[in-house]
Amino acid sequence: MDSDDDFNSSQMSDDEFMGGQDSDDSLGDDSDYQDDVGFESQDKDIKPTKHAYEVDFKVFNPADIQSHQDKQVSEVSNILGQAPEATAILLRHLRWNKERLIDQYMEKTDEVLESAGLGETAQTHPPRIEKVPGFACDICCEDGPDLDTFAMKCGHRFCVDCYQQYLQTKIKDEGEAARIRCPGDACNRIVDSKSLDLLVSGRLKDRYQELLTRTYVDDKENLRWCPAPNCVYAIECSVKDKELKRIVPTVHCECGHYFCFGCSLNDHQPAPCSLVKKWLKKCADDSETANWISANTKECPKCASTIEKNGGCNHMTCRKCRNEFCWMCMGVWSEHGTSWYNCNRFEEKSGFEARDAQAKSRQSLERYLHYYNRYANHEQSAKLDKDIYLKTEKKMTQLQNTTGMSWIEVQFMDSASQALQQCRQTLKWTYAFAYYLARNNLTEIFEDNQKDLEMAVENLSEMFEKPIDQLKGLKVEMMDKTAYCNKRRIILLDDTAENLKSGNWEFNVQIV
Amino acid sequence: MFASKRLSKELSKLHDKLPPGITLIKADDFTEWLMDIRVIDSNPLYQDEVYRLKFVFSQTYPIEAPEVVFVKDEDHPIPWHPHVYSNGIICLDLLDRQGWSPVHNVESVCVSLQSMLTSNTKQERPPGDEHFVKHNKQRPKDINFVFHDNQV
Repeated sequence: MDSDDDFNSSQMSDDEFMGGQDSDDSLGDDSDYQDDVGFESQDKDIKPTKHAYEVDFKVFNPADIQSHQDKQVSEVSNILGQAPEATAILLRHLRWNKERLIDQYMEKTDEVLESAGLGETAQTHPPRIEKVPGFACDICCEDGPDLDTFAMKCGHRFCVDCYQQYLQTKIKDEGEAARIRCPGDACNRIVDSKSLDLLVSGRLKDRYQELLTRTYVDDKENLRWCPAPNCVYAIECSVKDKELKRIVPTVHCECGHYFCFGCSLNDHQPAPCSLVKKWLKKCADDSETANWISANTKECPKCASTIEKNGGCNHMTCRKCRNEFCWMCMGVWSEHGTSWYNCNRFEEKSGFEARDAQAKSRQSLERYLHYYNRYANHEQSAKLDKDIYLKTEKKMTQLQNTTGMSWIEVQFMDSASQALQQCRQTLKWTYAFAYYLARNNLTEIFEDNQKDLEMAVENLSEMFEKPIDQLKGLKVEMMDKTAYCNKRRIILLDDTAENLKSGNWEFNVQIV
Repeated sequence: MFASKRLSKELSKLHDKLPPGITLIKADDFTEWLMDIRVIDSNPLYQDEVYRLKFVFSQTYPIEAPEVVFVKDEDHPIPWHPHVYSNGIICLDLLDRQGWSPVHNVESVCVSLQSMLTSNTKQERPPGDEHFVKHNKQRPKDINFVFHDNQV
């Protein structure tokens, strides 16, 4: 494969790097996001700095998220002339849509305050715990003059124990924070953070704060949590839901996880989200069982009962409707005259449609299995990724010990293993993608790209299995092959993304 | 503890006095009660029928809503209603996390269900009843109902 060495790594380093300079629509100043969509997408088309399959995104840590949140609260707080606590509630109430809040607030202040659970000003009467004579708690039915009680502005008074129990259930069990309502029946007042401070403490309060921060990210359309277990980062990306049939927005979290910003699933380039959803559903449900049935059984031409022939002659008598027909041609048996047990009426019309239907479902099953087997094979290999990676580490240490190479010098093994994993992930999804692809003049190029990448991957994979003593001599070749794999992957992704963006692919299903 | 204290108070109140058409059948412990309800007004859909409700309480009742379903046996059919599935599961916002308030109690739930039936004129099951009844394995409180119409 010497001729392929032209594609070596030096070429890709400059354009592979994705500049972050144009992703400056940071959390703080996205005020006119909506109106800008038109300009923004034009901008993107002009910028040649990144690959077609890459999208701009930013990673935020929890402190960033908190400070962005605080910044917005203080900004809006100044505009509205409301206390920061109240502003925070208002913002959360309107799902952090600053403009909508300001508009609505200016137009109908009282209504907005009321619906956010802030009716009347709370400043003059800070929340406090009181003992009220003659009080009986509607939750626990306790009464007595010594009972500590609490009520918000709405006046729904309950004993502190019940209130606490209620908040605990809401926060701990139901994971609610920004929209916990008063326990009173049909009361829409939101439990504000000042009241909450008074009633809960310690870990519950921390959890509450954590959940509040979470709602910020949950509510923002351009923010999404990294779905990796225990990952605390959030990603900002401007790709909107409606763009998902043209873009597959894979993002890369600080924690190392690659995932799709559109659906939070693991990186599934080049297949767009809706195809991925369809494909996973198809693989999971039993629609293929149904396909097997139609490919391997026949239906009685009269009553449509499913019949599997497990031996015997061609003269079938349906158990259910007593219809007599020929298994070979599916035509009625009486037309067979005296040629019992030997159907030579192949061109007879009555059986034609039945045979046709069966052939079709057989073909469709074969087609599915073709793509599924390849998809599953790469998935299987991807599942072994961890093993490969661990093995690599071991090999790298062994290599250091036996050949006296330094840690840096054996890093090529690590790069190779990573390239393998990434390429297999991509290859896996090319098969799901291809399953839904309707043939046109572009599919051939796609299949060539797929074939090239697959061959490159298998070549590299094979080298990986070589014994330690040969590995040192293979270093240069392995590095070349790694670079080649990466290159092939970029070519494939670029081509598919480009055509997806311009709507050149034709699919055999509706993509939404 | 929390639930049993409240339930014992509710129970003594129920023994005292019950609204018309509501009967306490079984309340041996603080985990599961049976109540019967009957529609008082003359509604041809529910004439001469008595429906049995099963209440299941969690430890945190009344903070958490009880699980309430109609149960079917020889003497007690499942009432017709566009929000009641034929397996007895009830789609009512009052019984859902969103609509439940700890101020509600067994009696108020019975009264609400009673009035829900009283005002109904449709001899219908919810859309997709057959499929739901066949495939649902979730407990009522884990189902995400969409309360799209509050007319019935």
